[in-house]
Order: sequence, then C-alpha cells, then structure tokens
Amino acid sequence: MSLLRSEPAFFDNLPEVRLPFSPEALTSLEAGQLVSLSGTLYTGRDQTHRRLCALLEDGKELPVDLVGQLLYYVGPSPARPGRVIGAAGPTTSYRMDSYTPRLLALGLAATMGKGARSAEVRQAMLAHGAVYLAAIGGAGAFLSRCIKKSELVAFAEAGPEALFRFEVENFPAVVINDLAGRDYYALVAAAKKKGEG
Amino acid sequence: MREIDSNEIRKAVRDMAIAAAHDLEPDILEALLAARDRETGELAWNILDLLLTNADIASRERIPVCQDTGTGILFLELGQEVHIQGDLNEALQEGVRLGYEEGYLRKSVCDPLTRKNTGTNTPAVVHLEIVPGDHLTIRFLPKGCGSENMSSLAMLPPAAGTEGVVRHVIDRVLAAGSNPCPPMIVGVGLGGSFEKAALLAKKALLRPVGEKSARQDVAVLEERLLREINAKGQGVHGFGGITTALAVHMEIFPCHIASLPVAINIQCHAHRHKEIVL
Repeated sequence: MSLLRSEPAFFDNLPEVRLPFSPEALTSLEAGQLVSLSGTLYTGRDQTHRRLCALLEDGKELPVDLVGQLLYYVGPSPARPGRVIGAAGPTTSYRMDSYTPRLLALGLAATMGKGARSAEVRQAMLAHGAVYLAAIGGAGAFLSRCIKKSELVAFAEAGPEALFRFEVENFPAVVINDLAGRDYYALVAAAKKKGEG
Repeated sequence: MREIDSNEIRKAVRDMAIAAAHDLEPDILEALLAARDRETGELAWNILDLLLTNADIASRERIPVCQDTGTGILFLELGQEVHIQGDLNEALQEGVRLGYEEGYLRKSVCDPLTRKNTGTNTPAVVHLEIVPGDHLTIRFLPKGCGSENMSSLAMLPPAAGTEGVVRHVIDRVLAAGSNPCPPMIVGVGLGGSFEKAALLAKKALLRPVGEKSARQDVAVLEERLLREINAKGQGVHGFGGITTALAVHMEIFPCHIASLPVAINIQCHAHRHKEIVL
C-alpha cells in the first residue's frame, strides 16, 4: 500500500527559530504558530524532573544550567548502532506540571511536550516569561531524523529518562502557550464554540 | 492432543514485539489514510499526512513508530487440546525481553513504588483464555501510556442508562484532550464486573479498527459515540478538525442487576498490534 502523497513539504517550510531562544524570538512566538527549531535543547521527563527538584530541595547545584534553555519531555528509544538516536517524540507534559514552576523560577525559558498544562504552570509561565510548545506526538521515527546529536548529561541510571543534550535541525513544533498568556488548545476550543454559537 | 514447544512461543513473541514496534498493520494505516483524505483543516491534514510518513520511515528504517514502545500486553487463546512443552509463562516473558533488547525498543517497565526500571520491559501483562481446539493464538498489544493514563472505570448506577454511559464516555474522552495522541481509538467495556469491564475495554482495541459490533444496538451506540466525540472538534492532537477519534469499539457482557460498569481504554493513533496462530 502506498501511503505517501509526497515528502511532507508542509513541515519543511516552517519559519525557522534558533535554540536556545533569543529574547526577541521568545517574544515573537504566538500561540498556534508552527515553527521549525534548530540548535541545542535539553531533555528530561519524570525521573529527571524528580532528580532535578530533589537537588534543588537539598540546595545542591544542578548538572546543567537551564537558564534560557528549552526542556523537551522525551524518553527516546535506544539508538541502533551507527544511529544518533531511536524514536524521540514527545511524552505527555502534565506529568511534569508539579515540577515545572520550580524550574521556570530558575530561568528555564521553554518547555516542549504534548497536551495541556495546568493552571499553575500557565501562571508560572506568565510570571517568568516562558513559553510551552507541542511536538508532534507519535511521530517518533520522523522526529528522530531531526536530531543530529545526542549527548548524555546526567542521571544515566534513569535509562531513557536521563537528561540528554540534543542538537536538532528543522524540528517542527506548535506554540501552545505564548508570552501574552494565550493557550492554543483553549483557542481551538473557543473557536469551535463560537462556530456553533 | 497437540504439542507446542515453548521455544516456538518464545521466538514468536520476540518477533511480534519487534514487528509491532516498527510495522503498523493495514487496519490502522487505512484508518489514518481515510481520516487524512476526509480532513478539511490544513494543520490536521498535514499532521495525519506526517503520521503516515512516520509509519513509512519506521518500517523502512527500523526505528520504532513511537519511542513509547509500551508495556507488553499479551492475549492468549489456548486450545484445550494443546499441550505446551516447557514453561509457557517463562517463554512469554523471555520472548518480550528478547524482543525489546534485540529490537532496540525502549524498556518502560518499572517498580510502581521505587520507580526503578526493570531494564527488560518485563513483566509483560498476560491474559489467558482456554478455548476449544488445538491451536494457540497470541495477540501482542504494546500499550503506550500517554493513552493508557487517560483510561478510566466507573461503576454507574443502572438508572444512568444508555444516556449516562454516552455522557460518561464523551466526558472522559474530552477530558483526555490531546494527552493520548488523538486521533484515538476508544475501547469501551460495558457490563460484567469491575475487572471484567476493564478487560473488555482493552479487548475492544483488538478488533480491526472501525469494525462494528456484531450486535446491532451496540453498533448503533458505537456510531453515535464516534459522531458525538468528533463533533466536539478537538481534532488531531487537539489542534481542531473533524477527527478526534478514528473508531469507538464497545464490548459488552451481562452485569449484576444493581450495577452498570463502564470502562474506557484509550488507544493512540500509533495503534500497534500483532497476532499469530500456532
């Protein structure tokens, strides 16, 4: 069965944004906008968050300076020999909600995963000038191609939940929460409601 | 009496684990393709298109469709005329362990309290049914937890009736939002007991995507649920559009006169499943 209409040109022609975000780039992002990310980001999911916050709790230094960075919620599958990484799509973000305000207060500028954030996280984003993006869930094989380098930074014992540094190129994402406090999921719901009104 | 060697079972499970992670079955591919061709929203259309491209890359380059290669769920139908040589459960678990190790799949199983990863993706969850005949059917459903976490079970009062069931299912699906990676497949287990309803909801996911219930009134209910879920417009990944769910599958079983159990097991669009008959 041939499934392919063509290579997905749509995702090849998105406005490019460098990582880590410059203050200007961060301000320019708008909820609902599709962007193509290139540059450096850090990864972490449940166990990395638990460990980062435990270190903060103990007054210890973090293994990485998160100021101005983007933290991508992902637990990649193992790389086959000769490959940079396995599948590496986003995991669901709400599981990180209880930890996120703490990291935003440190200066983390952006998070990326999938699904809506809690009211507390949205408030913390507004207070600290941070954004939230969604990557394309379930597109782990495609997104694997956008990751050009992967380096273990900390918490190796957490396996796929460790903290990695990725170099990405043309990694597509959708801006969900922008600096103006807009939420794209809520905008979609509101537009639908208005259409029915 | 027919003999089946447990080594053959181990090999079959290993191969299914690897194939499931990389090669989506025609039922889900066709459902995604049909959804793409129906879709009117630009972003939704392009994401569905990307998901088809993703499936193609996964299959050709042997990269998992999704990094969450899941908890292994095994459904066995064991013919009562079959005798297994060796340890059946060990063969199943060893098959899963080998598949996840040799297939470069993510090991996602951990202790619920310490959260320490078992490192092997075992133990897998096994459901065994004894059936007439001399065959062994094994179905492998690796279940990612973005969708599994959005599942639920309610013991409704009988007075809730069909309308109560419909409202409950729609409420849960909408509350899940974009967390379970829509477009999703909604498995509903109706009736039975507490654990039976949950198992029915999961078994409903084994049905080919979009295949209707053989019972007419249930098929009508499935169609109504699908229509009403999609009418809410959450759409692909919560970005709007007409495809929040690809299908609703409902399995039913008689229940106690005092009870109306309803379980919802949500499956993401990366609906991986394999089957073998030995």
